[in-house]
Amino acid sequence: MDNMNNKEYQKYAERKIPKPTYFKNILYAFVVGGAICVFGQIIRNMLFKFGLDENSVTIATSIILVFVGSFLTGIGIYDKIGKIGGAGAAIPITGFANSIVSPAMEYKREGFIFGVAARMFSIAGPVLVYGVGSSVIVGILYLIFTKGR
Amino acid sequence: MAEKRIGLQTVKLSNPPSILGTATVVGPKEGEGPLKDYFDIILEDDMWGQESFEKSEVKIQEEAIKQAIFNANLSSKDIEYLFSGDLLNQIITSSFTARQLNIPYFGLYGACSTMTESLSLGAMIIDGGFADKVVCATSSHFSSAERQFRFPLEYGSQRPFSAQWTVTGAGATVLASSGNGPYITYITTGKIVDFGIKDANNMGGAMAPAAIDTISQHFKDTGYSPDDYDLIITGDLGLVGKRILLDLMKKEGYDLSKVYSDCGIKIFDGVEQDTHAGGSGCGCAAVVFNGYIYKEMLKKNLNKVLLVATGALHSPIITLQGESIPCIAHAVTIDNLID
Repeated sequence: MDNMNNKEYQKYAERKIPKPTYFKNILYAFVVGGAICVFGQIIRNMLFKFGLDENSVTIATSIILVFVGSFLTGIGIYDKIGKIGGAGAAIPITGFANSIVSPAMEYKREGFIFGVAARMFSIAGPVLVYGVGSSVIVGILYLIFTKGR
Repeated sequence: MAEKRIGLQTVKLSNPPSILGTATVVGPKEGEGPLKDYFDIILEDDMWGQESFEKSEVKIQEEAIKQAIFNANLSSKDIEYLFSGDLLNQIITSSFTARQLNIPYFGLYGACSTMTESLSLGAMIIDGGFADKVVCATSSHFSSAERQFRFPLEYGSQRPFSAQWTVTGAGATVLASSGNGPYITYITTGKIVDFGIKDANNMGGAMAPAAIDTISQHFKDTGYSPDDYDLIITGDLGLVGKRILLDLMKKEGYDLSKVYSDCGIKIFDGVEQDTHAGGSGCGCAAVVFNGYIYKEMLKKNLNKVLLVATGALHSPIITLQGESIPCIAHAVTIDNLID
């Protein structure tokens, strides 16, 4: 090992790691993510049939998908969907529900204040901070460029 | 004068302590693995009736220690020191276990190298004449480790191929100043080795240089070669670390391919059990040694074994600060015969 410096070793070790199965991962992510979206679309169409207006349908669809994502997390299924689907399961709103419900479940034993409530956003927190933050910036830009129109 | 020292990092024990008994407790997944017949207690449920994973791990370690003392035909009053450690912050598993046992206690942190760290210190205390009977133990729990080092259990994330699976289990060894073996004869204590790997999902790659350093130093200090051993087994290098170790040891001039194995590879069927690069955690080397290796040595299928448990001494906090992973490997020679 004396004849190897850190950089050389890191490069060497990198080569010894099996390569991720990119094609399979992308395909599964497409199928799983697509299936979740199709499911969302079915809910949307059904809600329209019940006579809800556009705005209520959008809100109700999100609520139903968040419920389903949380429910599947609660009964221990969503982590398996995530394992197969990767980003396809993480990006839709069901994945967002999973990222909040899973730490809430995990930290229940540490109590409802410092456990559940404090840890609930440990994964989703960054998404919320930068999601809300960037929407404020976009809003300000929108206001500046459309001012007076 | 330290007349028991040989070479730079090794001690040769002049009155090699004997192993009087061992015990292992493992979780359900380990109990389905290739080594299932070697374990004393296999749990059906990794909570084991406790209300949290941490409390379950305490019970697992406690039962392993009690069972090992029982298997050695002793009672806990006979034990003069307990050496134990685990992965959790402030080594709570070991301290909470020691709270129940009423044995003078040294708490250790060597991450996954704890099994050989505790064996090293226990054996030296006995050889030095400070005790006649000690227990060396360690444990880990998949679920308590996941929540401390990674993500919540129900979070849907993907694990890379280099990632390893923390073993749920505990192993304990009772060492004594006299007995019929197997004996601990040599101890090579590792230095921290850090080649700058920062990826906590590639522990094997991070720890392999530490194992290489300790094993080659062991050969230099003792004059042994790979052929002197029936088995040279590292703690939890997994598939990635194994490849690196065999390759780089060859470049150092030692061909280990005939005698080498890794506890992390032995404990799971990587394909069937979907554990990727293999098992890891303190419990990995602990249950493979106290289960498989010890029982094979009693049957004389193995007579001389070099156990090299490997530890990655990082924490989630320092990893986030961009630090690389300092690693260590401690080697212990276990021999059926003493000269």
